[in-house]
Amino acid sequence: MEQLSMLGIIWFLLWGVLWAVYFLLDGFDLGAAMLMPFVAKNDEQRRRIVNSMGPFWDGNEVWLITAGGVTFAAFPKVYAVMFSTLYTPLMLLLFALIIRGVSFEFRSKVESLRWRKIWDTALVVGSFLPALLLGVAFANIFKGIPFDGDYIFQGNLFTLLNPYGLMGGLLFVLMFLYHGALWIAIKNDGELAQRAVRYGKAIWNALLVIAAAFLIVTYFDTALWNNFLANPVLLVIPLAAVCGLIGTRLFLGTGNPWRAWFASSAMIFSVTMFGVIGLFPMLFPSSINPSYSLGIANAASSDHSLLIMLCVAIVFVPIVIGYQVWVYRTFRHKITADDFKPGQSY
Amino acid sequence: MDPLLLSRLQFAAATIFHFIFVPLTLGLSVLVAIMETKYVKTGDETYRRMARFWGKLFLINVAVGVVTGLTLEFQFGTNWSRYSMYVGDIFGPILAIEATVAFFLESTFIAVWFFGWDKLSPKMHALSIWLVAIGASVSAFWILVANAWMQHPVGYRIVGEGAQAAARLTDFSDVFTQPYALHMFVHTLSAAFTLAGFFLMGVSAWHILRKNELQFFTRSFKYGLVFASIFGLLVVIHGHFNASSVAEYQPAKVAAMEAHWETTTEAPLKAFVIPDEANRRNSVEIGSVPGLLSLLSYHSTSAEVKGLNDPAFAIKDPKDPTRTIGWNTPPVALTFFAFRIMVALGFLMLLILLWGWWRRNRLTTSRKLLWAAIFAIPLPYIAIEMGWLLAEVGRQPWVVYGMIKTFDAVSPVSTAQVAFSLITMVLLYLVLGAIAIYLLFKFARKGPEPLTSTSSSGQVS
Repeated sequence: MEQLSMLGIIWFLLWGVLWAVYFLLDGFDLGAAMLMPFVAKNDEQRRRIVNSMGPFWDGNEVWLITAGGVTFAAFPKVYAVMFSTLYTPLMLLLFALIIRGVSFEFRSKVESLRWRKIWDTALVVGSFLPALLLGVAFANIFKGIPFDGDYIFQGNLFTLLNPYGLMGGLLFVLMFLYHGALWIAIKNDGELAQRAVRYGKAIWNALLVIAAAFLIVTYFDTALWNNFLANPVLLVIPLAAVCGLIGTRLFLGTGNPWRAWFASSAMIFSVTMFGVIGLFPMLFPSSINPSYSLGIANAASSDHSLLIMLCVAIVFVPIVIGYQVWVYRTFRHKITADDFKPGQSY
Repeated sequence: MDPLLLSRLQFAAATIFHFIFVPLTLGLSVLVAIMETKYVKTGDETYRRMARFWGKLFLINVAVGVVTGLTLEFQFGTNWSRYSMYVGDIFGPILAIEATVAFFLESTFIAVWFFGWDKLSPKMHALSIWLVAIGASVSAFWILVANAWMQHPVGYRIVGEGAQAAARLTDFSDVFTQPYALHMFVHTLSAAFTLAGFFLMGVSAWHILRKNELQFFTRSFKYGLVFASIFGLLVVIHGHFNASSVAEYQPAKVAAMEAHWETTTEAPLKAFVIPDEANRRNSVEIGSVPGLLSLLSYHSTSAEVKGLNDPAFAIKDPKDPTRTIGWNTPPVALTFFAFRIMVALGFLMLLILLWGWWRRNRLTTSRKLLWAAIFAIPLPYIAIEMGWLLAEVGRQPWVVYGMIKTFDAVSPVSTAQVAFSLITMVLLYLVLGAIAIYLLFKFARKGPEPLTSTSSSGQVS
């Protein structure tokens, strides 16, 4: 194996961490929105759920922008080939995120139940599609994407909807649904919180089955496990995912949604890192011929660029984390009717 | 129809639409921050209501601006993958830094400001809108650094050959301190602030005409007037320096924006032309002032100005270097008229501002001025879009000036894929645009929340 640059390896890990943080943060508001039609029984409860994610969703989504931006900056070739080969799913993801983004802002701008229902539906669809598409996309990346030596995609949208890809989509949807149920339980009380917990427990059962199946099928369909079997110390990552999965259910059982949420976050983080470390040192493998695959060695930016970005990241990422934590603390209270003042709530 | 043409249309549509919302975001965030700071300092309830009223319009505008910005980040990869591979080493870090340094700040604190009226101290609350304003402007800075690099690439070298060739960063400080970027930043930001000033004046004028909340809206009008005047003057005066830096670095763009075909000294400035692009000359020229183009571009009437037919822009047949097979020059009519319209609107706006100053203490009786202010709202929007048309169309056929052509930048994707995304995007944008404009009208006409006795509670409808 050729020598990989240290900066390339660092940015590979940061690239994975950015995606993992994005999934664990936006995961709960994608999930809470998807769960909304099931746990909210009326307009007032829907409004509670939307405002439960109100102060957070926008800041969470910037992690996606940053993950995309870092893919571009640190691995331009991966960004170029990933976005052009996955053209149609990414456009669908984009349109879903657009609809979702405006639905928060627009829903309470006209006093009409029908108007709000339109935007709440847009919110649900605009949250389900990203969860599904990101799951399908990442599972396919783990498996390898059929692109040739000229980086041209040899397939279509349905090539990506293979059983393993769909399983990845289902896994993401279930993880986020569960994560979202916990958030609804954290930010609400009474009937709504209880129903969210009930749904959370039911979703957890499905998640357990799909997560176990995914880890097993991954062994047969992808090369992800090879890195872990070659370096058994890395098994701590899938182990952390399993601990998170079991731990979150135990915390939920004892009626502690915050701890359950942290355990669930650890699960999502570890699941993502399992995939990322499994890919190492590749980022975007080709299923047609391994020599076309893009990895740290042939897709990273120059050390000069990587170093400049590392300096920026070392200074600014802690600042971002600092003020985002402050926002979560400032708005950690449970939603009450007091939060529904016009002009300062969704 | 090929993927190149469709991708160009898609990029143009996405950028033009996105930039309908960006300037108001940039300007109004600062204005709302100033209003709320005045409230914190004076305790005057009108300032608080001003911050809330203009802030509401700001948020509707931001929502569409932010989601349509997503499209741009996606498109570099989806539609311009060869561009992204070629320049990613430089262009990518600029975008990543923008997200980390600025966009996080803006997005996080918009929510804090919106939800935080009862949760934060007045000072913290005012600080949060300042952070939004700073985030927005810093974000604009990095995006303009990226665009300036496409207009005038610096701080790089090309490594590899043929399909493996790519630009590599050699000096990052050159990239973000180059004069072209700083000029673009000053020009764009002051234009955006001017637009926000006109927005305040126009909406306020509508209410003043109806004798609605006179104190509130005359004060808002004057805020808009002062803001638009400071930055309107800046954008017009500085526009000259911006054009000089274009003349220095992009001679083909200057030649196109002046429909100047033959290289001459004492080059004339022409008021109006009808270019005949097929025969590479003007079929009609009216109002020619000799030497003025040379003077404006290079500060001397005798300076030589390269024309579009200059051999420097000719593409030679590789087999027979005496034969010209094409030209590295942009479309002339679009570039020429975009520039003319932008400049004309700039001066028209200055006249309206002068009129505003003259009648500033008699606003309620100045019906003509008030109507003019209402109809002036679209003017800065049109001027700004024209400025971008000039900047981007005038850069053609290059995607990065002198380095890589638009033709070579497009992704190897199918026509059907791009047609699907273009049609869907345009339909989606039309719907979103209509809703956003409807909501902006609705809340602009509704006016501010009524005064309440308890100043700290927002329980009003």
